Amino acid sequence: MAWLRRSEVVIAGILLLAMIGIGLVNPAFWQLDNLFSLLRSNVIIGIMALGVLMIMISGGIDVSFPAFAVAAMYLTVKGMLWTGYDGVALPFLTAATMGALFGCLNAFFVYKFRMIPLIVTLGTGSMVRGFLLGVVGTSMININKMPDVLIDFAKTEVISMTKADGTTYGLTAMVLVYFGLAILVHLILRYTMIGRGIYALGGDQEAASRAGFDLRKVIFFIYCFAGALAGFAGLLHSGMIWLANPRDFVGLELDVIAAVVLGGASIFGGRGTVLGTMLGVFMLVMVKNSLIIMKIDTTWQRVVVGVIIVIATAVTAWRDQKRKARGDRT
Amino acid sequence: MTDAFIELRGIRKEFAGVCALDDMSLTIRAGEIHCLAGENGSGKSTIIKVMSGVYQPDAGEIRIQGKAVHHLTPIASIDRGIQVIYQDFSLFGNLTVAENLAMNTQLRQKRRLMNWGRVRAIARDAVDRIGVDLDLDAEVGNLPTAGKQLVAIARALMSDARLIIMDEPTTALTRREVETLFRIVKDIQSRGIAVLFVSHKIREMMEISERITVMRNGSLVADGPVSDFDEASLIRHMTGLELNSKPYVWVPGDRAAEAPRLEVSGLGLSDAFEDVDLTIRAGEIVGLSGLLGSGRTELVLSLFGMIPADRGVIRVDGKEVTPRSTQQAIAAGIAYVPEDRLSEGLFLTQGIDRNILCTSYESLASGLTIDQGRADTLVDDTIKAMQIATPSGAKLVKELSGGNQQRVVLGRWLLTDARVLILNGPTVGVDVGSKAEIHHKIRDLAVEHGLAVLMISDDVLELVQNCNRIVLMHRGRLTEGLDCATTSEEAVSEKLKAFT
Repeated sequence: MAWLRRSEVVIAGILLLAMIGIGLVNPAFWQLDNLFSLLRSNVIIGIMALGVLMIMISGGIDVSFPAFAVAAMYLTVKGMLWTGYDGVALPFLTAATMGALFGCLNAFFVYKFRMIPLIVTLGTGSMVRGFLLGVVGTSMININKMPDVLIDFAKTEVISMTKADGTTYGLTAMVLVYFGLAILVHLILRYTMIGRGIYALGGDQEAASRAGFDLRKVIFFIYCFAGALAGFAGLLHSGMIWLANPRDFVGLELDVIAAVVLGGASIFGGRGTVLGTMLGVFMLVMVKNSLIIMKIDTTWQRVVVGVIIVIATAVTAWRDQKRKARGDRT
Repeated sequence: MTDAFIELRGIRKEFAGVCALDDMSLTIRAGEIHCLAGENGSGKSTIIKVMSGVYQPDAGEIRIQGKAVHHLTPIASIDRGIQVIYQDFSLFGNLTVAENLAMNTQLRQKRRLMNWGRVRAIARDAVDRIGVDLDLDAEVGNLPTAGKQLVAIARALMSDARLIIMDEPTTALTRREVETLFRIVKDIQSRGIAVLFVSHKIREMMEISERITVMRNGSLVADGPVSDFDEASLIRHMTGLELNSKPYVWVPGDRAAEAPRLEVSGLGLSDAFEDVDLTIRAGEIVGLSGLLGSGRTELVLSLFGMIPADRGVIRVDGKEVTPRSTQQAIAAGIAYVPEDRLSEGLFLTQGIDRNILCTSYESLASGLTIDQGRADTLVDDTIKAMQIATPSGAKLVKELSGGNQQRVVLGRWLLTDARVLILNGPTVGVDVGSKAEIHHKIRDLAVEHGLAVLMISDDVLELVQNCNRIVLMHRGRLTEGLDCATTSEEAVSEKLKAFT
């Protein structure tokens, strides 16, 4: 029964219990339109969480990605308006590339100077956000100016339904984008040597370098990839909410890190899976969503996220310590 | 086969002007078990790193299979069949056994993708080669030390190794695990692969190796077949000192009439030990041995107040004491030097002075301030008395050698007016030279300060040579008292073996 003790199974179990509990308090929870809207809220946090997951497995942490996301988003939208370009693929490519370049900055400091990732990403995040507001501008780009192609793209639905009262609802196709990226990250982590290198790096950096992993390649890969995911998610976000706000995503890093930790990734590195992270993201979004439905003041959401981070980290730390203790006993 | 697999001649290596290796030579023949002996800091690790290509020597010649090698890189070293098993094994605790085994092959073949079926096949093959049973799906971090070592050995053997270098392989192993390891080493040898054992444990070297090379201060001092050496000559070569091993004789003198320093009667603790009666007089050194789980550790922790006993009486100098905390035990004159002095007994990042004084600050305090002048004198006196090799008391303890660290702990207790000194594995991880000095110091403490010493150790020889009496513990009871004048190491080992 080893699979029963896998953290994904435990998380899925807790998630199911929570869903049943919330459903009892609020039967509307199980309605299809609510579930669809929940999944929709998973997309942006989820895509960013995939990047943070890779960094956390490697033993690092990233708090700069919301700044990268907002910078890539705002610059790309500005660029689209300025050039009048009306395609979808190129803007997303541009945003992802910008995110990757910002990520390179992180990787450079982490690899070259062996700096603590938390300090590096605090610094680069603050720098990028500051430049964006100071140099590029602080004005929002509203629905009336937003490029229509982005909005239309984000409106695509896979399932469309009509309620009895005539209103329509549906499942956004963006979840497919999210799932596609999740599968990609899963394949990278599980079936490529660079993916295994990320786990090796998080397990023991010295051993990874002795074994012959190119640590520079691994570190640049994860930070750039995480940056690219953030840039991509940022632009997608603006299309989904019909707004490009250069002050967006403040405090989002905490939500995403909470979700990844909730999904069973270890803050000490070396452990974590895509499935677990997706479950963690779903749980976090669901809890926040339920707080809104229960009309609890939004400021309390910060408290809840804080509590989730502390408890989930404590549980994983306790788990890792137990493993270690078991291993040390001879 | 007697051809040399690798020959190092006249190797010299300096680090920032400090000479780590000077005219060092080492020849390892194909398929032999060779031992590289030397104390800590003698340059063993440096010469390993020269062979593995991590360090480039400043002078000297390296020949592998008769051919001169000019610039040995780590990759070139591996390609020529040299594999090093480091003390920390260099394994990934968060990954499975299978992946750990296959990782190097995957990397060497420059694969980009992971084929898990292939990984398993590679790992299965590697495990079969050393003929041990390892669960390929187990996470390496969950394995005991011996298991991790097997994984490291299996991994090293995969790459058509011609020479396997093992750095202190027996440090964290139990006796039985050492035997398994030796069996595997012989098996490796039978395939024509040479094994270099790097160690400072004399017994094990004599047991396993065919030839021995001894180094001291970065230079070769002796080499030859194992039959050329005996324990005494090995110690002499390693330390450069003539060490005598006269057994300890306790002279009761007029102390026989005094109340015993330590008198324990009917001491018991649920699930740990019961009915323990033990008397130690001033100047006695009593050895305590027993298998793991015999209750010996719990017994000494009870004496030191860390796990207070449930029943029974403890008397120090005839006065009844009931230590329920370490503070009370110290006040009663009981001192304890733990087995793992690094994690339990010392503040590594603090200076020698603070480490020595940390149990004496109460007595140095006058009101709210500490008498710094007296503190400095005490530190200087202790450093002198314990012969701690340091320019000043401010030196950090982590920068000291194992032997000197142990002396700091002992010196600390001298200051607390300790009358009963409990030593748990006093020389674990200490090299031969320092070991002898520590034993000498312990005898001094017993004779000159009239301490009662209780010494716990797995090293039976250490007990026989340094105690006047040995008591054995089994399943929570003291079973037997042996007079060291009339017993031998073999006799005690036999009795211990009978307990299993």
